[in-house]
Amino acid sequence: MAKRSAPEVNAGSMADIAFLLLIFFLVTTTIEKDSGINRKLPPIEETDPPIIKQKNIFTVLINKHDQLLVEDEPMEIKDLRKAAVEFLDNNGDGTCDFCKGARDPKSSDNPDKAIISLKNDRQTSYGAYISVQNELVAAYNELRNRRALEVGPSKGFPNMNYQEMNKLHDDVRWTGNKTKLGDLIDQIKLEIPQKLSEVVE
Amino acid sequence: MSKFKKKKDGGLAPINTASLPDIVFMLLFFFMVATVMRENELKIKNSLPVANQVEKLDKKNPVSYIYMGKPSANYKQYGTEARIQLNDDFASVGDIISFIGAERAALREELIPFLTVSLKVDKDANMGIVGDVKQELRKTNALKINYTTGVGDALSNMQ
Repeated sequence: MAKRSAPEVNAGSMADIAFLLLIFFLVTTTIEKDSGINRKLPPIEETDPPIIKQKNIFTVLINKHDQLLVEDEPMEIKDLRKAAVEFLDNNGDGTCDFCKGARDPKSSDNPDKAIISLKNDRQTSYGAYISVQNELVAAYNELRNRRALEVGPSKGFPNMNYQEMNKLHDDVRWTGNKTKLGDLIDQIKLEIPQKLSEVVE
Repeated sequence: MSKFKKKKDGGLAPINTASLPDIVFMLLFFFMVATVMRENELKIKNSLPVANQVEKLDKKNPVSYIYMGKPSANYKQYGTEARIQLNDDFASVGDIISFIGAERAALREELIPFLTVSLKVDKDANMGIVGDVKQELRKTNALKINYTTGVGDALSNMQ
């Protein structure tokens, strides 16, 4: 007897089933945003705040119309990063051996003492606040990147800026010396600490 | 006779759709891999600002989300000022402490100090409410926060 071939399964509705599943997933899921600016809030303390010299404070004020007042001068947001870098990098007392600032006696002593004070109004928009935060973080990152390129080669991590170092350190697939890189990152963080204080009116 | 008329050659040949399921399945798998299930039904407008100095939110540690923004069109009766949303419902500033307490209670004890609070705030919200929330977080000692943003040119937020 001749062998009868198995009957063909009708696959015409397969596309419909797949579309149905696809639409279900499109509707019930989202592409999640998981990036952002990390911040650490200060704990509530009873002790009095330390006294800081006026020249070591860089005041940034955002008013309710999202306008900037930096060191008592109105400023556009695009100039903020440069102004912050100049302030942090000033090296007024000469103790910072990697700074390249103008050594203006009226500006900050060294990056360790320099503090950026961010003041905002209750009516300030969150978008503007994030822009300013972003520019200030960018100023710190700029200095840290420069420092990383200077010290990196002597520690065995040449041609790598601070942000790339951080990325590598968090990458689980990277096979290099993680503790050594971690130490280097900590050293740069210690040399150029992020000191950002916030006030809400 | 017309009975034996030859059938006419009926126009174009049909398009072969045998590979359509494969294409759709490919799309399906892409979306299944690249997206996550919606956690909360948002009752507020929540278009995040963008920034370019961002770090990845560390998913190895526990994350709690606090949403803020104007009530969306379906919830107009709650006004036009920015509101806080915790889990699935509107909340007031006073609820933050108990919310963080509940989030901590659900965690293993050794993970509690690593709890990060992700603030998902609409870019048109005002800073007053964000400041209030931050003050509450300080009171309950949840100090690690993350201003969750998209990635892009930060100066575009100001327009």
